[in-house]
Amino acid sequence: MPKATFSELRLEGVTRAFAKSVALSDLSLTVKNGEFVALLGPSGCGKSTALNCLAGLLPLSAGTISLDDRRVDTLAPERRGFGMVFQNYALFPHLSVRRNVAFGLQMHKTPKAEIARRVDAALNLVQLSAHGNKHPSQLSGGQQQRVAIARAVVMEPQVVLMDEPLSNLDAKLRHEMRGEMQRLHRELGLTTVYVTHDQEEALSLADRLVVLHDGRVQQIGKPEEVYLRPVNTFVADFMGYRNLLAMTADGEGAGGDLHVSGLGMSLTARHPIAGDARGAVTVAIRPDDLVVGEVEGNRIDVLVQSVEYLGKDFELEVQTEQGARLFLRTSEHLSIGQRVTIGVRPDRVMVYS
Amino acid sequence: MTAAVSKGARPSLRHRLADRGFDRILLLVLPALTFMLVLFFYPAVYGGVLSFQPLGGKGGPFGDYAKFFGDPYMRESIWNTFRIALPAALFNVLAAIPIAVRMRGRVRGKRTMNTLLVVPISLGTVLVSEGLLTYLGPRGWLNRTLMGLGIIHQPIQLVHNMWGVIISLIITGFPFAFLLTLSYISGINPKMEEAASTLGAGPWKRFRYVTLPLLAPGLAITFCLTFVLAFAVFPSAVLLGNPAGDSHVLAVAAANAAFQQYDYPMASAISVITAVFELLVVALVLALRSRLYSGSTAGGKG
Repeated sequence: MPKATFSELRLEGVTRAFAKSVALSDLSLTVKNGEFVALLGPSGCGKSTALNCLAGLLPLSAGTISLDDRRVDTLAPERRGFGMVFQNYALFPHLSVRRNVAFGLQMHKTPKAEIARRVDAALNLVQLSAHGNKHPSQLSGGQQQRVAIARAVVMEPQVVLMDEPLSNLDAKLRHEMRGEMQRLHRELGLTTVYVTHDQEEALSLADRLVVLHDGRVQQIGKPEEVYLRPVNTFVADFMGYRNLLAMTADGEGAGGDLHVSGLGMSLTARHPIAGDARGAVTVAIRPDDLVVGEVEGNRIDVLVQSVEYLGKDFELEVQTEQGARLFLRTSEHLSIGQRVTIGVRPDRVMVYS
Repeated sequence: MTAAVSKGARPSLRHRLADRGFDRILLLVLPALTFMLVLFFYPAVYGGVLSFQPLGGKGGPFGDYAKFFGDPYMRESIWNTFRIALPAALFNVLAAIPIAVRMRGRVRGKRTMNTLLVVPISLGTVLVSEGLLTYLGPRGWLNRTLMGLGIIHQPIQLVHNMWGVIISLIITGFPFAFLLTLSYISGINPKMEEAASTLGAGPWKRFRYVTLPLLAPGLAITFCLTFVLAFAVFPSAVLLGNPAGDSHVLAVAAANAAFQQYDYPMASAISVITAVFELLVVALVLALRSRLYSGSTAGGKG
């Protein structure tokens, strides 16, 4: 097996069209060796298509994929040397856990002693050493998931592709496995492309996020960039900016601040993203950025409509006098029908034209 | 129902039966069971008993069996049957595999292809035999074409011998084998082959180490069914074969005993012998199958 190293995996204009639709359009991305990149988006956004193209399971309609200067998109999956972890694990049900993990090494005619050593190491890594002789059906979902990971990483692949590997696990296990994933990536330093629709998972695992929508890249950036500064309303909505309000920009005020008004509200936004400062805009605010009480001149008078207890805090639905609905999260105990004043820091008000 | 379960008391009979899987819905099997008893089980037992009562009581209860195995011509019908049924069943299963592998998933023109492959089921064996008789005969299209092309100089003899019977068993038996294999192979999650390919397995290795092991139990069943169909061959053996020579199969021997010599006990004995050999092969194949993995082929969470 070629254990070549590389410095970057480069996708240029990768496009995949099906008979009637374009599933992935013009994806360009450079992944550095050892980086963990998450492709994030709702179902049907093209993220799995992108991963299958990378793996070689789907041919490209246009574009190139290369490792440094070596083109790989023309290679069959078995000659590409990328490891893949499938959403439903796709373990071989007729083989024991050990033989599942050994499968790839056997395909590459690795000497027996080396297979045994590497399979032991891989099972040790995913903490399944005691289960080597069981069959996949005798394992729990989390254990099967770890077998799938061991089967991919035992090959020491140049790139590991993961297709929503945690989506079939329950909430608690998913959280645990997220930690496992982090540990594995830290210990092995494998270049990873990880597909998920769960923004929390992506934020916690990835060095860089690629947000996709309708087959097109919306934003590429570090987790905190995407989380704090979404570039458009789609990314904002996807990253949990539940309050998307149609308002009007009134022009710039002092120090580059932007005033927006409408729906009975008047707010100041700092560092507005979208260029033109006048006319109809969409204002995006996260529920947890809204606080009770006025903040730097931003005040909204609202009536509490519903209160949902979430354990640590409350999620409130409130209404302005003009009937606009807002969501906010607060630890203060308010009751339905109460009138309160809420506010938001100007730098947490996103404005999109 | 008022059979409240008071503490300490035994639950009602109906509850105790329901716990063991007996309830009123089970009554729905009665018509089918009656049908089986009256039209299959009774005649089979009747025939079995009859086979131990030779005409005139000659040779005791095993007289007809002794006569069958003592007569080389009769004995050879066992070999004749195997010689026809085994290759036909094997060919049907082996030929079904590559076509089924190709036809799973989405393929252009799949429905048309499947229809063409399956049509022979709807043709009766007699119709197929008549057709083959003219097509494969010494003056049939096949021989005339081959001779016209100069590939052969003498017509090849494909009818009135066991080859004709084998060909007709393939034409009528292949659709069964294909449909069964296709349904087994469609049940194998294609993601497993994709996983194998990302692990470095090329097309042949994917088939050899992933698809085939998961398909094998299904192939065993498919083989048993086509073998049983072929082992009972009768119309095409008479019409297309040489029923007095190399196509003197067990069914022909039984029919001759019953309808030419009016020796029903002998015919019954031959039927019992047929069933025993058939079951031996099926038991052997199923025994081999039980050594294979035969669980889920979905490849997802267990």
